[in-house]
Amino acid sequence: MFKSQALPEFLATIDNDKCIRCKRCIQNCGWSVYEWSGERVLIDSSKCVKCLRCYHYCPVEAIQILDNPTKYKENSSWTFNNIKNLKRQAETGGMPLSGMGCSLPYPILFDSLLLDACQVTNPSIDPLREPMELRTYLGKKPNKVEVERGKDGKLKLKTKMPPRIELSAPFIFSPMSFGAISLNAQKVLAMAAKECGIVMNTGEGGFHEDLKPYSKSVMVQVASGRFGVNPEYLNAGVAVEIKIGQGAKPGIGGHLPGEKIPLQVAKTRMIPVGTDAISPAPQHDIYSIEDLRQLIYAIKEATGYKPVSVKIATVHNVAAIASGIVRAGADIVYLDGFRGGTGAAPSVIRDNLGIPIEHALAAVDDRLRQEGIRNEASVVAAGGIRSAADAAKAIALGADAVAIGTAALMTMGCTVCGKCYTGNCSWGITTQRPELTARLDPEVYGQRLVNLITAWKHELQEILGALGVNAVESLRGSRERLRGVGLDDNILDILGVKPAGR
Amino acid sequence: MNHNYQKDIAGCGLTGLISRKRKRVSGAAISKSLTLMTDRGNGLGAGYAAYGIFPELPEHYAIHAMFDYESSRREMEESLRLRYDIEKIEEIPTTPVGSIKISPKLIRYFVKPKPERLRDANEKDYVVRTVMRVNSQIEGAYIFGSGKNMGVFKGVGNPSEIAEFYKIEEYEGYIWTGHTRFPTNTPGWWGGAHPFTLLDWSIVHNGEISSYGINKRYLEMYGYKLTLLTDTEVAAYILDLLVRKHGLDMRTACSVLAAPFWKDIDRMEEGEREAYIALRSTYGSALLNGPFSLLFGHSNGLVGINDRIKLRPLVAAEKDDMIYMASEESAIREICPTPDKVWAPRAGDPVIVELEDS
Repeated sequence: MFKSQALPEFLATIDNDKCIRCKRCIQNCGWSVYEWSGERVLIDSSKCVKCLRCYHYCPVEAIQILDNPTKYKENSSWTFNNIKNLKRQAETGGMPLSGMGCSLPYPILFDSLLLDACQVTNPSIDPLREPMELRTYLGKKPNKVEVERGKDGKLKLKTKMPPRIELSAPFIFSPMSFGAISLNAQKVLAMAAKECGIVMNTGEGGFHEDLKPYSKSVMVQVASGRFGVNPEYLNAGVAVEIKIGQGAKPGIGGHLPGEKIPLQVAKTRMIPVGTDAISPAPQHDIYSIEDLRQLIYAIKEATGYKPVSVKIATVHNVAAIASGIVRAGADIVYLDGFRGGTGAAPSVIRDNLGIPIEHALAAVDDRLRQEGIRNEASVVAAGGIRSAADAAKAIALGADAVAIGTAALMTMGCTVCGKCYTGNCSWGITTQRPELTARLDPEVYGQRLVNLITAWKHELQEILGALGVNAVESLRGSRERLRGVGLDDNILDILGVKPAGR
Repeated sequence: MNHNYQKDIAGCGLTGLISRKRKRVSGAAISKSLTLMTDRGNGLGAGYAAYGIFPELPEHYAIHAMFDYESSRREMEESLRLRYDIEKIEEIPTTPVGSIKISPKLIRYFVKPKPERLRDANEKDYVVRTVMRVNSQIEGAYIFGSGKNMGVFKGVGNPSEIAEFYKIEEYEGYIWTGHTRFPTNTPGWWGGAHPFTLLDWSIVHNGEISSYGINKRYLEMYGYKLTLLTDTEVAAYILDLLVRKHGLDMRTACSVLAAPFWKDIDRMEEGEREAYIALRSTYGSALLNGPFSLLFGHSNGLVGINDRIKLRPLVAAEKDDMIYMASEESAIREICPTPDKVWAPRAGDPVIVELEDS
C-alpha cells in the first residue's frame, strides 16, 4: 500500500489550546476525519470535504478548515482538479465521481442580464401597499376559452379545462429521490411545499408512506429504473413526471449503490435490501418520440388524466426535442440545465455535456411560440437557479416556473461540498446512515426552507413592483424587460434580449 | 425572432363621446374638448376617429393610407386592385395649416374584397391580412384606417392644428374619439399618432403598458405583426383576438385586459370562479399591466377602461343619450357644461356603452 498522490484539498485544524475535548467533532463528522487518541483529537485531512459540520458544532470555535497550502505547482492549463483526478485515475482505473452541479467556470448568463425598472413614464408599484400576484398554474392551456354570460350577468365556463397544478408562486422543488437523499430531507421538502403552496417531486425513488399527508404537494416521478412504480404510486401526487434526463448527467443513467439501500429505501423502491439500484441510461420502452407519446398517454389513462411533466437535460438540440415532447402530449416540459445538481455523476459527464439553462430556455420558448404551441405546455426551468433574481430572469426569458434543488438543500445545512455520492453527508441529507439522518429534524429545517421560499416570494414581488407590473404573468416571457451586459450579438440574438443602452 | 425594436413611449390626453340614439355630432365638439387638454400633449401627435361619417358608402371598407413616396402608393394600389373592387379613391381633404410644414400623402379608398379572391376566407381576416402585409412589407406605405363607415384623422401637431388640417368640423358622426400625445422617446411620426385602428375598431390610449414585451410575443404567436411598436397597437390586437377571433363578449374581454385580482376571484361563487381562473390562467399573456386608460370605439359602441389599479385618469359623464369619457372632467364640461351625472370609473371596471339599436 503506497500513499496516494492525490493531494487532500483541505486541511482540518484544531487549536488544542481552545479545544475542550468534548468530542463533538468526532461525533458530527460523517467522514471520520477525527479520531480520539485518548488525550486529544487526531485529524485525517485527506478525508475532509469541508462540509463545515464540525466547525458549526464546535462549541469553542477551535476548528478551522483551511485550503490545503500544499498544492501541485500552479499552472493555468493543469489545474488542481485536473491533476488530482488524473492521479486518482492512475491509482484506481475508475471514473472520478461528483455530486451537485458543474463546478467549472463556464459563463453564467444570469449574471450578464439585468432587469428593468420604472421611472416617470410608468409608475413602479409598491408591493407593501398593492396586491402583487405570483400565483401560477402549470399545465396545458387551451388555445381559447369559451364562456357564457348568464341572465344574472355571471360568467359560466364552457371550455373543459385541462388539468393543471396551482402554485402560490412560480417555484417548485426539483426531483430528489429517497435513496439519493434521506427520508427526513424529503419530509423537509414536502412540509415546506405544503406550507408554501408549491410542490416537491419524489424523484425516482418511490413514494414513502410518510409523505401521504403531503400528497397534494407532491409530484411523483417515473424514470428508467421504474423504482416504486405501480398504479397507486402514479396516483399518489398531483402530477406525474417522466424523467428522460438530468442536467448534470445528460445521456447517462443512475447508480445508487447497495450501501445506500437499507430496508426503508428498499421497500419504497420495491427492490431487495442492499442491491444496487441501477437506472439505465435510456428508458427501455422509450427509444423514440412516439414511444414517449405512448408512455405519456398510458400514464394519463392510469391517473385519470393528471398533468404529465417530461424532464429532459438541456442538450444541443433542445428546442426541437422540447417541441416534440409538447406535441407528444406533455403538459409540462421540465428543462434541466447543465449546471443542475445530482447526487452522483461521473465528473467528466457533469462538467462537459449539455448546455446552460439560459440558452436552452430561450431557444425552447422561441420555438414553441414559432410553432404556435406555447400554450400547450408549461415550461419549467431548472439547473442553476440560485436566487430570486435568477428566477425572475428565467421567468422573463420564458419560464412558467423555476425548480430549486441545491438551493433548497442549502437550507438543510448543505454547503455544496459535492460529495453526496459517498453517502456520508454529515448534515443527514444525502445519506441513509441512521445516526446521520436523525440529525435532520424535518420540523426545524422545514421552517428554514419555508423561510427561504417566503424570502424569494418577497424578492420577486419587489422586482415585479419595480418593473411596474402586479402579476407575474406580465413578466413571463417579457424579454423586453431584460438587457444584456457584455454579451455578444449571437448570444443576445439567442436570448432575444437587447444590449444595455438600447 | 425580432427583439431589436425600440418601443414607442408616450403620455397622453384622451376624450370620447357617443350618442346612443345615433345622433350625428359635428367634429367641432370633440376637437374643442381635446384642445382644452393641449398641455397633456407636446405637439408631436394628435388625432380623431369618427363613426357614421360615410353614410353614402357604409358597406365599403374605408382604407385610409399614408404614403411617404409616390412609389409606395403605386405599389400599394397595385396590390389593392388585385385583391379588392375599388369603389372610390379620394385624397383625404386637408387645408394648409401654418405650423404643419410637411405631411405624407393621405388617400382613402372605399373597397370590397374581390369575391373570387376571397372565396371561403373570412372577410375581416382578409382585410386584416392586407393591413398587416402593407404595413410590414411596403416601404413608406401605411394603412391607418380600415373600418366601415368610419374615418381616422391623425398626424403630427397639436389637437387644434390637426382638427383644422383635416377640417374635421365638416364631418358628423355618432361616436368620436380624440387623442393628444406626449411622446417621450421618438420624434413624431404621422402613423404613430392615435387613434390606432383595425377594421372598425379604434383605440385612443393613455399609458405605458409595462407588460408590452410579453403582450407582443403573445400576439405574434397568433400572426399579428406589431409594426407600430406602441402599447396602443397591442391593446387593439388583443381585443381583436379576444372579441373577434375567440368570441368573448366585450365585458369578458375587458376582464382579460384588466383582470380581477386572485383575491377577488377566490371570493366568487364556484361557477364564476372557475370561469375567471380559466380566463386568467389561459390569457395571462394578454393582461395589460401597467398604467393605462383607454377608449375603444367600434361600430356598435364605445368602451372606456382603466388598468386594474387605476394608475391613469378616466372620468365619465352622462347627459340624455350622450356619454362622454375623458382624461379630465374639464374636457367633458368644455362641451357638456351640465351633465346629468359625472363619475370616475373604478380601477379595471369598464364603462361599456352600446348604441340603442345595436
